[in-house]
Parts: sequence; structure tokens; C-alpha cells
Amino acid sequence: MNIDSIKNGIVIDHIKAGQAMKLYSLLELDRLECPVAIIKNAQSKKMGKKDIIKIDTRMEVDLDIIGYVDPDITVNVIEDGKLVEKKHLQLPEMLRDVIKCKNPRCITSTENGIPHVFKLCDAGKKLYRCLYCETKAPDEN
Amino acid sequence: MEKLIDILDLSVPEINGLIEKAGDIMAHPDKYREKCRYKKMATLFFEPSTRTRLSFESAMYDLGGQVLGFSDAQSSSVSKGESVSDTVRTASIYSDIIVMRHPKEGAPLVASYKSEAPVINAGDGGHNHPTQTLTDLFTIQSEKGRLDNLTVGFCGDLKFGRTVHSLISALSRYRGVKFVLISPDELKLPSYIKDGVLVKNNLEFTETKDLESVMESLDVLYMTRVQRERFFNEEDYLRLKDSYILTPDKLKTAKSDMIILHPLPRVNEIHVSIDDDPRACYFKQVRNGKYIRMALILKMLGID
Ligand SMILES: [Zn+2]
Repeated sequence: MNIDSIKNGIVIDHIKAGQAMKLYSLLELDRLECPVAIIKNAQSKKMGKKDIIKIDTRMEVDLDIIGYVDPDITVNVIEDGKLVEKKHLQLPEMLRDVIKCKNPRCITSTENGIPHVFKLCDAGKKLYRCLYCETKAPDEN
Repeated sequence: MEKLIDILDLSVPEINGLIEKAGDIMAHPDKYREKCRYKKMATLFFEPSTRTRLSFESAMYDLGGQVLGFSDAQSSSVSKGESVSDTVRTASIYSDIIVMRHPKEGAPLVASYKSEAPVINAGDGGHNHPTQTLTDLFTIQSEKGRLDNLTVGFCGDLKFGRTVHSLISALSRYRGVKFVLISPDELKLPSYIKDGVLVKNNLEFTETKDLESVMESLDVLYMTRVQRERFFNEEDYLRLKDSYILTPDKLKTAKSDMIILHPLPRVNEIHVSIDDDPRACYFKQVRNGKYIRMALILKMLGID
């Protein structure tokens, strides 16, 4: 894979330096068979340093997960070597099975087979609370 | 209505409608004696709470309905490891309405997703207990004739007291309610209620450690228990506990028509000599609790 140019795939750009691996694992990119490049500490005029992830296949990525990590990340869709779409992100209203509730008194700690769901309560503060027990989402950033 | 998990699931007009209905049931109980004939209520109590269960069961019987269920997890299939989802799905096949209490926060919400019948949360750990709040609101309305333009004091454990949090949220939707928060520093109202409800909605509130200094301003005094296990050390507990015990002495400056509420059970935070004071309304709350639950059951079953 030529890291500079992919023919058909996705470039996740403007990731805050150091967050690429977190995104890699949340998006479960380890499950992909195709080439995936993680570029760390690339030069950026806007950000100083940034991370980039390039995925060399046509696929849908979960924009809610990327928006949750950082709504300023850009997702570029590449077809035939050309940029065909820039996806705009926002903080998702709901996060389903992305993060887990850590409250030991929460029903999710004992009940099998129910999704871990977090609801956006304050977009300004990027505050999510568990749908079931209303505990704040664990702060990972 | 398919579920009541949090008091805020109900709009202000809905709450007012329930209060009105409860008052009508109280005044004309005969009109309602057959309303739930052939209807069954399942009381699924995954942890024991005799007080709440009796109130619901008595409400259903007074509507002519029937009750089935269990009163603690030991006597149910839960002790064999059955999930909340499966227990509720099964119970909802046999019943028209489910009343559920569970030690885990959010369990009734999970239940409502799986149930074929409407679900009422009768307490989920330290989280929500909406029918207690309905009882509190009904009692304030009955005794004071209004839910707006009141000065309401909350005294004791404001940090962990879920009934306090729900009642503050519910009252924040009425005009002109002033909140007086009386607690030791260790047990102050958590910021997600203070900032998230009071500050956010621009409501008037004051915080103090001293009950006696604010007594004369109050229309309603909501007492809660200051529990020993909430303190880091015994000295702090012993130093503070008496300040938050209501005695006839402390009531001297209170308005003659102030009302005293308490979610019960009480341990020692209200001296028994106050029980006969006309301002003491905590036993009236118990009676009111049955009537507001009757109104709620009718609403959830869609019976007029
Ligand atoms: Zn939770």
C-alpha cells in the first residue's frame, strides 16, 4: 500500500495527535483484512501535530464513534484516487455499545444481553450519561 | 401510558391531572371500587419494601383488581439466575400492569423494553422513585392548595436522598418556588441537581447549615434521615446529627400553617412528640400515597 495515495477507501484526518490508536480500537479496525495505515504525529498547519488513519477499502465507518471521539475530525471518502466526499461529523445523540457504564449499581453490571447506551446531555460540555442509571460517561479524553 | 420510570416522564398537566383524580377518588371511593375488575397487577419486588408494596397492592384492591407477584428475590426465579428481562417478559404475559422494585439502577427501564404491559418503577436502588414524588406533590397540593409560590426547605441528607432530588426536579417546573437547602457540608445537594436543575432554570435557592435560622420562612419542610454510614468518622456524625433532628423547640418560629413531610421510614430525625402537631403530615402522606397510586394505575391502564 502506498501510504500517500489510496485508490478506494477512507482517510480519517485531523485526529488529535495521540488519539489514532483509541479510534482504531473503538472502530474495531483490527478486524479488517485490508491494509490500514496509522500515521502518527504528522505535520499540520492547523494543529501542529495530528494523526491520520488510512483504510484501503470501500467501507462504512461508524461516524457516531468518530464524532464522539472528536467532532472536528474529518472523514474523506476516496474513489479512483479522488476525494469524492467529505463527511461532516457531530456529537451523536446516542452512543450504543461504544463505552461501558462503570457504575457497579447499574443494571448493565448484572443483566446480560442489554446494550450499553449513553445519551448526550450537554453538547457544550460533551457530557454523556448512562441511559439506565444516569451516571456520567467515563472520561477518557 | 407504557411506563413511569422517572417523575419527569410525566408532564406538569399530567401530574396535575393525577392529583385531581386522586382527590376525586379520596372523596368518592365508591365510584372507583369496580374500575379495575378483572385486571391484574404484578408486583415484582426484587428487593423487599413492605411499605411501597402494601401501598400499591392496597391501591389495586381498592380499584377492584387483583394482585400477583413476589416480595423479594429469594422467593422468585431470580435466585436461580433469571434475568430481569426474562422475568418481566414472563410476568407481563399474566398481568395487565407491572410494578417493579429492584436494587439495580435502571432495571425498571430495561423491564419496560421487554414488557407487554405498562411498567411502574417502584424504586430502583438510589436512583428513582417516582410514586414517592407523586405522593409528596399530592400532599403539598392537598395541604397548601397549590404547588407554585411556595418556599420549600429540604433538610438533612441532600446528597444521597433520591426523594429530595426527584421532588426538587418536579417542583422546579412550577412558578415561584423557592428552595432552601439545609444540610451539613458533607451532605450538600450534588452539583448535577444544583447546577443542572436550580441554576440552569434560574430558580431562587439558598444553602445553609442551620435549620433554625430559616425555619420561619418555610411553607414546607421536607425532612430526611442523616445516616451514620454517610460520614467518614463517628465524631463528625455525632457533632452534626442533632442539628438535623426536628424537635418541638426548633419548631417555635415556624409558621402555623407550615407542613412537615418525610418519605418514611423515620428513625429519630423527627421527635415523636411532633407527631400530634397539626403541621406533621408524614402519616397523611402514607394515606395519600395509596390514592395517588390508584390514580396512576387507572391512567396507565387507560381507564377513566
Ligand atoms: Zn449505568
